[in-house]
Amino acid sequence: MKKKEISRPKDRKLLIQLFAATFYLSAFTFGGGYVIITLMQKKFVDEYHWIDEEEMFDLTAIAQSAPGPIAVNGAIVAGYKLAGIPGVLVSVTGAVLPPFFIIALVSVFYQAFRQNKIIALMLEGMQAGVGAVIAAVVIEMIQNLFHSHCQVDLAVIMAGAFLANVFFGINAVYIFLFCIVYGIGKALWEKGRGQI
Amino acid sequence: MTYLTLFLSFFQIGLFSFGGGYAAMPLIQHQVIDLHHWLTIKEFSDLVTISQMTPGPIAINAATFVGLRIAGPLGAAAATIGCVFPSCVIVTIIAYFYMKYRHMDMLQKVLNTLRPAVIALIASAGLTIIVSAFWGEGQAVSLNGIDGSMAVIFAICLFLMLKKKTNPIVVMVLAGVLRTVQGLFF
Repeated sequence: MKKKEISRPKDRKLLIQLFAATFYLSAFTFGGGYVIITLMQKKFVDEYHWIDEEEMFDLTAIAQSAPGPIAVNGAIVAGYKLAGIPGVLVSVTGAVLPPFFIIALVSVFYQAFRQNKIIALMLEGMQAGVGAVIAAVVIEMIQNLFHSHCQVDLAVIMAGAFLANVFFGINAVYIFLFCIVYGIGKALWEKGRGQI
Repeated sequence: MTYLTLFLSFFQIGLFSFGGGYAAMPLIQHQVIDLHHWLTIKEFSDLVTISQMTPGPIAINAATFVGLRIAGPLGAAAATIGCVFPSCVIVTIIAYFYMKYRHMDMLQKVLNTLRPAVIALIASAGLTIIVSAFWGEGQAVSLNGIDGSMAVIFAICLFLMLKKKTNPIVVMVLAGVLRTVQGLFF
C-alpha cells in the first residue's frame, strides 16, 4: 500500500543519512542482532520509507542466514539495496564505529579495573551470571528448534556437534562445513524427489 | 605480521559465525584462547560480560579488544576489518542474487541444518565459562573442588532467566553483586 511513497535519491545526502542511521542504531541498541534488525525495519520501512515491508522481510532473512554479526549484515543489505556498493561501505562503517570506540574506551580502563578487589569480585560473579544467561539461551533455542516438529537428523547433528567439540576438540569450522554440505545434499535430494 | 594474523583470525570468525551473537563465541574462543593464546579464559569471559552490557556485536567487540591488546589501534582496525570483510562480500553477493532472482529456498534449507550445530557449539562455549566459574581457570574438575557459592549464584541466575524472564543484564549485575557481598562479608 505504501509502495508509491518509497523514495530513492541516490546521492551524497542519502549516504550521509544512511551512515547516521546505522551509526545511531548500532550505538544505542542493546540486546544483540535480533533487536537491531527489528529497529532497522522500523527506521527504514516505517520512518524513511526507503524499503517496502515485504522486501525488508527477505533482506532480514538474508542478514540472519549469512555468516557474520547480524547487525553488520543488516546494515549491508540495507546499504546495498539503497545505494549499491558505496551504500554497503558507508553503512558498515556506521555500524562498526560505535562498538569500536566503546570497547576501545573499556579496554583503557580494563586493566586498572581488574586490579580493584570489588570489581574483580563483581566480574567473577558475573562469570556465573553469563554462564546462566548462555545456558538459558541454549535451552530456549533447543525448545524453539524442536517445538513444531522433531526431526531426527537435526537432533543427531546437535548431539554429534556437541560431543565432537567438547570431547574431541573438533574445530567449529569443520562442524559447520559438514552441516553446509549435508544441508545442500539434503535440499538437492528432496528437490530430486519433488518434495519442494 | 601480527596485523595479518589478527586480520586472518577474525576473518575466519566472521566467515563461520552463522546465527549472530552467541554463535560467534565458540569461534572466538578457538582463535583467541586455544590457537593464539591472546586471552585467558577469565579475560574471555570478562569480554563476553562486557559485550553483554555494551551495544554492538560480540565479534566486533572481541576484534577491538584483542586487536588493541595485541597490536594497538592499528591491530584493532585490522581485526575489525577482518571480521566484517567476509560479511560484506557474502551478504552483498546474496543480496545481488536476491534482487535478481528473488529465490531463497536453498538458503533456508541449509540454514535449517546449521541451526542445531550452532546451538551445540554455543552450549560448548558456555560450558567452558561455567567450568571456569565453578572450578577456577585451569583447575581440575572434581566434586570437592567446586566453588559452592558460584554454583548457587549460577542456579539463582538460571532460575531468574528461565522462570522469571528477567533481563539478562539485570541477572548478570545481580550475580556480580551477590559474589561481591559474599566475598567481602563471608
